[in-house]
Amino acid sequence: MALVNESAKMEVQDLNAFYGPSRAIQDINLQFADRKVTAIIGPSGCGKSTLIRCLNRLHETAPHAHAEGSVFLDGEDLYRMDPTAVRRRVGMVFQKPNPFATMSIYNNVSAPLRFNTRPSREKMDQAVLRALKQAALWDEVKDRVDAAATSLSGGQQQRLCIARALAGNPEVLLMDEPCSALDPIATSKIEELIAQLKAEYTVIIVTHNMQQAARVSDFTAFMYLGKLIEFGPTEDLFERPKEKLTESYITGRFG
Amino acid sequence: MTPGNPFPTSHPERIHRAPKVGDITFLILLLLATIAVVALMVALVVVLLYQSRLAITTLGFSYLTGRVWGPETNVYGILPALIGTLITSAIALLIAIPLGLGAAIFLTQHAPTWLRAPVGQLIELLAAIPSIIYGFWGLIVLVPLERTVVEPKLITYLGWTGLFNSTPIGLDILTASLVLSVMAIPTVTAVSRDSLAAVPRSQKEAAIAIGATDWEVTRRAVIPYARSGIIAGSVLGLGRALGETMAVLLVIGNRPIIPSSLLSSGTTIAALIANELTEAFQPLEAPALFEAGLILLSIALAINVGARLILSRLQAGQGAAAE
Amino acid sequence: MKFDLAGRRKIFSHGMTVLSGLAIVVIMVPLVAVVYEVFLLGAPVINGAFFTQQIPYPCTPEPGITCHQGGVLVPLEGSLVLIGLSSLLAVPIGIGAAIFAVEYGGERRSARLIGMVADVLSGVPSIVAGAFALSLFIIYDPTQAFSYLDASIALAVLMVPIVTRTCEEALRTVPHSVREAALALGISRWKMTVRITFVSALPGVITGILLAIARSAGEAAPLLLTLGQGCAHPLQGITAEGCALPLWIFYGATNPYQNWYNLAWGCALLLLGLILILSVLSRFTLDWMARRMRGE
Ligand SMILES: Nc1ncnc2c1ncn2[C@@H]1O[C@H](COP(=O)(O)OP(=O)(O)OP(=O)(O)O)[C@@H](O)[C@H]1O
Ligand SMILES: [Mg+2]
Repeated sequence: MALVNESAKMEVQDLNAFYGPSRAIQDINLQFADRKVTAIIGPSGCGKSTLIRCLNRLHETAPHAHAEGSVFLDGEDLYRMDPTAVRRRVGMVFQKPNPFATMSIYNNVSAPLRFNTRPSREKMDQAVLRALKQAALWDEVKDRVDAAATSLSGGQQQRLCIARALAGNPEVLLMDEPCSALDPIATSKIEELIAQLKAEYTVIIVTHNMQQAARVSDFTAFMYLGKLIEFGPTEDLFERPKEKLTESYITGRFG
Repeated sequence: MTPGNPFPTSHPERIHRAPKVGDITFLILLLLATIAVVALMVALVVVLLYQSRLAITTLGFSYLTGRVWGPETNVYGILPALIGTLITSAIALLIAIPLGLGAAIFLTQHAPTWLRAPVGQLIELLAAIPSIIYGFWGLIVLVPLERTVVEPKLITYLGWTGLFNSTPIGLDILTASLVLSVMAIPTVTAVSRDSLAAVPRSQKEAAIAIGATDWEVTRRAVIPYARSGIIAGSVLGLGRALGETMAVLLVIGNRPIIPSSLLSSGTTIAALIANELTEAFQPLEAPALFEAGLILLSIALAINVGARLILSRLQAGQGAAAE
Repeated sequence: MKFDLAGRRKIFSHGMTVLSGLAIVVIMVPLVAVVYEVFLLGAPVINGAFFTQQIPYPCTPEPGITCHQGGVLVPLEGSLVLIGLSSLLAVPIGIGAAIFAVEYGGERRSARLIGMVADVLSGVPSIVAGAFALSLFIIYDPTQAFSYLDASIALAVLMVPIVTRTCEEALRTVPHSVREAALALGISRWKMTVRITFVSALPGVITGILLAIARSAGEAAPLLLTLGQGCAHPLQGITAEGCALPLWIFYGATNPYQNWYNLAWGCALLLLGLILILSVLSRFTLDWMARRMRGE
């Protein structure tokens, strides 16, 4: 489904993804607008996570998993690129906060730099500062950046993971239910964050929470049983769904 | 950071080329290590086979059936050492299984929780004591005790069985078996304990519900469920006893003869090799000893593989039950 | 009658409980007896000279003769050399194989093959490891057949499966989410493995190394075949004949000299202490690993 009046940062063409013999997503065609937030919604098990894990080629690292089809980033096929290079350009935040437990807060955020580009200490300090500020975590940790990452609360850990992903300077940020392990206050912080991030990043967010999708996203894709059912500007999709399935899902009359 | 623009830098120089060289070098190193482990396994067999080729071709089957080991007369039969190995290990296991299983039952079914971990650790310590220390202790403490106290009594009261009719010297099959049992006990206990502990509560509750006593619960519900684990533990304990050298070497007397009773001296394959290999001057002696090593290796590996098979089947079964 | 049967069943059940408790007591007897004996006979010789002096001339005190006690400097140094050399051989191989199995083998057969080979190797009798190492040198260079190098190879054969197995288990306890986090940052595979996954598993790996050292430090059988007779002179390098604590215990036990015998008990105490320390340390690192995996 093509975008109207927008340039596409990423484009998915005829994408199928498998776990062993079983197909988790089927013939997905979709575009993600540059510097906009796209939400992916749908019932549990419909393949949302699988889809976005194809967007940074993480899907293929699962046991027995493979994908067919193409995903383009700025017109270049991901599956013809080096997977590590892809992942440096397409960052990801997971459902459960997963900071490196063996590292300090500073070392977590600087990990993509230390392991990938190895800039000077000065540049690294700047990048860490910038990422922590972008993730709205700086004020809470500025006195203890050398403390263990696991000493943070769940919501702080999730923002730390966002900072870590941003420190690598990606162009696209994938978020897989980033708020599902968080309380309402932490959730609203992250939502604010997403609104700011789209100034600079293309954000793709999976969420179970339809209010959240409505609040933060510009475009929404609805998936069901591994298929993309409907895609369009968020307002249209929630107020004038074209498909019966979409309508019954967003109105809660489902199953 | 200027207040007007919160995010000043935007996508600076970016590295598209990932450093493949590191990945490939690393993988090669890992492969080398992996090949080394597998090659080690193969090399053990091949090298021993190569070293014993002379004995295998010259002696043939007579090596396996020969009842005499006499380098002076150039006669090499493995039977005395093989029988010594099997008898000492069998007796060790006869002692170790009831004790180890009893201990495992006590630890998992009866012992108060606070007692379990420390006693478990003490039993692990028993396994950690080097066998040369057991041997030394056996030689200095156990051998005299056997010679002066235990064996005369055995001869007096149990001499009629035919098992104990020798002069009590202490350096014999019985003492070696006792020391070996000490070395097998920790293995039997640990593996049995783990499999007893893995018995689901529901199995026990089913028996309790029909009014079984503690022992009946253990006997009818717990032990049958954990049976293969207990067997595997016993087999691993057997492996430990078969391959043991130092503890046996110091207390068995080291005479390559087929023992006529439990109070007669003897030897085991491991002790025979330890005793003679560095002083093997006859042309066939070293090859014959390497062949002994090959036989010991085969027995030990067969036993080990058997026990692992039982254990892995057990784990697979538990995995299936859990799903 | 029915009551009577129930009563008898109960008494029998109590009897079996007591018996199983008794089994523990019986098992503890050799432990206590061995440790007691080692302390009783070993403690008197442990003093400054014990650690700093060479092996004395063999001697048994008689009226008019006093024996020089001497010390076990050479066996002690020898044991340290053996621990170092054999770890140098076994640890990289064990760790490498474990990393390959867990990080690159995935669910494939090859991954399980390595675990199986390690399991099987762990059943190799130590005397056979000694005979194997001796053979290697007889084939390769007989002049070095009795040396620290040869003995280290024998000990390494015994250590490799322990290191491989424990390292494999430690790596498997590192949650998949850690690896995904690293991959998603575009960190290259080998850097992720070495600097994130392996670092997470480090306490478990150290546990494995300590256990392997504890096992090999007490081994005497392979040394009997590979180390030669180097107890009388100071250390002469790794290709020369050597000595070690467990080997000295054997000499002290099998020679009729009082001062050697006394030193052997000292060695036994020293070795016991060393192994106790190693197992306490390994328990420590194991707890550390568990804490790390709980994210504390
Ligand atoms: N590692 C895996 N191995 C095998 N099948 C999997 C695996 N992960 C997911 N699946 C299957 O793929 C399908 C899609 O799963 P996916 O995780 O993408 O759903 P989802 O929409 O993210 O669900 P949720 O909202 O619960 O996170 C499901 O049927 C699931 O059972
Ligand atoms: Mg999901």
